[in-house]
Amino acid sequence: MTPEPILQISGLSKSYGALNVLRGIDLTVRQGDVTFLIGPSGGGKSTLLRCINFLARPNSGEIRFDGQQLCHQAAGKFQVAPEKVLRKARTEMPMVFQHFNLFSHRTALENVIEGPVHVQRRPAREVIEEAMETLAMVGLAEKRDHYPDQLSGGQKQRVAIARALAMKPKLILFDEPTSALDPELVSGVLDTIRSLAERGMTLIVVSHEMNFARKLANTIHFVCEGIVMESGAPEEIFGRPKSERLTNFIRTVSSH
Amino acid sequence: MYEFFFVLIPEYFPYLLQGAAITLELSLISMTLGIFLGLVVALGRLSGKWWLEFPLRAYVEVWRDVPLIVQLLVIYFTLPQIGIVLPGFWAGVLGLSLNMGAYLSEVFRAAIQSIDVGQREAGLSIGMSRPMIYSRVILPQALRIAIPTVGGYFISLLKDSSLVSFIAVNELLRHGSILINNTFRSMEIYLMVAMIYFAMSFVASRGVIWIERALTPKHQRAGNLAKANA
Repeated sequence: MTPEPILQISGLSKSYGALNVLRGIDLTVRQGDVTFLIGPSGGGKSTLLRCINFLARPNSGEIRFDGQQLCHQAAGKFQVAPEKVLRKARTEMPMVFQHFNLFSHRTALENVIEGPVHVQRRPAREVIEEAMETLAMVGLAEKRDHYPDQLSGGQKQRVAIARALAMKPKLILFDEPTSALDPELVSGVLDTIRSLAERGMTLIVVSHEMNFARKLANTIHFVCEGIVMESGAPEEIFGRPKSERLTNFIRTVSSH
Repeated sequence: MYEFFFVLIPEYFPYLLQGAAITLELSLISMTLGIFLGLVVALGRLSGKWWLEFPLRAYVEVWRDVPLIVQLLVIYFTLPQIGIVLPGFWAGVLGLSLNMGAYLSEVFRAAIQSIDVGQREAGLSIGMSRPMIYSRVILPQALRIAIPTVGGYFISLLKDSSLVSFIAVNELLRHGSILINNTFRSMEIYLMVAMIYFAMSFVASRGVIWIERALTPKHQRAGNLAKANA
């Protein structure tokens, strides 16, 4: 039996004025899935990711996360769950950003415990203990008292991953987590993401790292022109692309 | 050659200090209210609600474009005509804090906008509410950025508060003027007044530097930067 879907998206659309960025996205993610969203720039992958946790507000369609409806169509109208429900959902699917977005006035450890202590209101003692384990897991235990401006890009991104993990999430959203890194720092971050996948964490990753996607993903969705143009296992996507757009895309990204 | 009457100093200094105490009191109260007002106005202007944005913008514009002395005279002399009678001191506080609020709202607005949007999104992405994002992420950083400028405005306020001597508040300059009227020793007395203003402003500016330093994480303090970058 396949596990329950943790995230179900259907008919999701988003436009900025006259620009239709998403034009009816259907997507299902199951517990433990490692889902990659690939595709050309401007194709809608980041917008899709940002609509899932409502950093961007979709215009129509349905999102169901962990049995809870975040938005849906009712009587022909687009309905969004109350802010409180959205906030709760966000705590269970934190996002890791391209530009890290650490809180600059807080140390590595303070960044990690901020959510659990102040949003989830869990006891600080217990949270700090766990946070230290998480920091050790991403290889940064000794950087606990460093501020973001004292860390390299790769270290910042690993703190950001620890910050997401500290929420005890059901799903982690990654928005091009290595795109802003110097080439020599990429592998450390990819290793960290890989170890999360190996622990069975459910991940949705927007990435341009094709080799990484090929090795790690269960499912890859090719997002192009605001729709999921093709979906499948890595072998299918890279080995037997059906559409011309995907064939061209794979040729461009693998030509260097 | 002018003959200084230094004997005047011990005799009149305490009276001037009494005035200085009023100046200080006036400035501190007005500054506190001005900071509060400036912050509320800045947040209102950034709320994205046009019905808040528009009147607040009008307030900032008007108060920055009319000379402070005119504002004080309007408050002190015209408010009583519509039934609002304020003692000179409180008329001064009202005028100075409304003026400060207008200027500081712009300082706070710029400081808040200088905090990278990404940190706001990071807050949202771990489930923070908007008020929490302001209180725990944006304001602690924005206020630290604003401190040197706010400090500068406080020092201006200490000096500009001398304008309230025109609405009969017994602050430092007015005590000086009263002494001069009685003694005709304008040279000695104005010099003493100037010295006291200087001393207060000097202490205030050192205080601002100290506060700024105390609120800066150790590794970012001047002198430690070279070490951090090494």
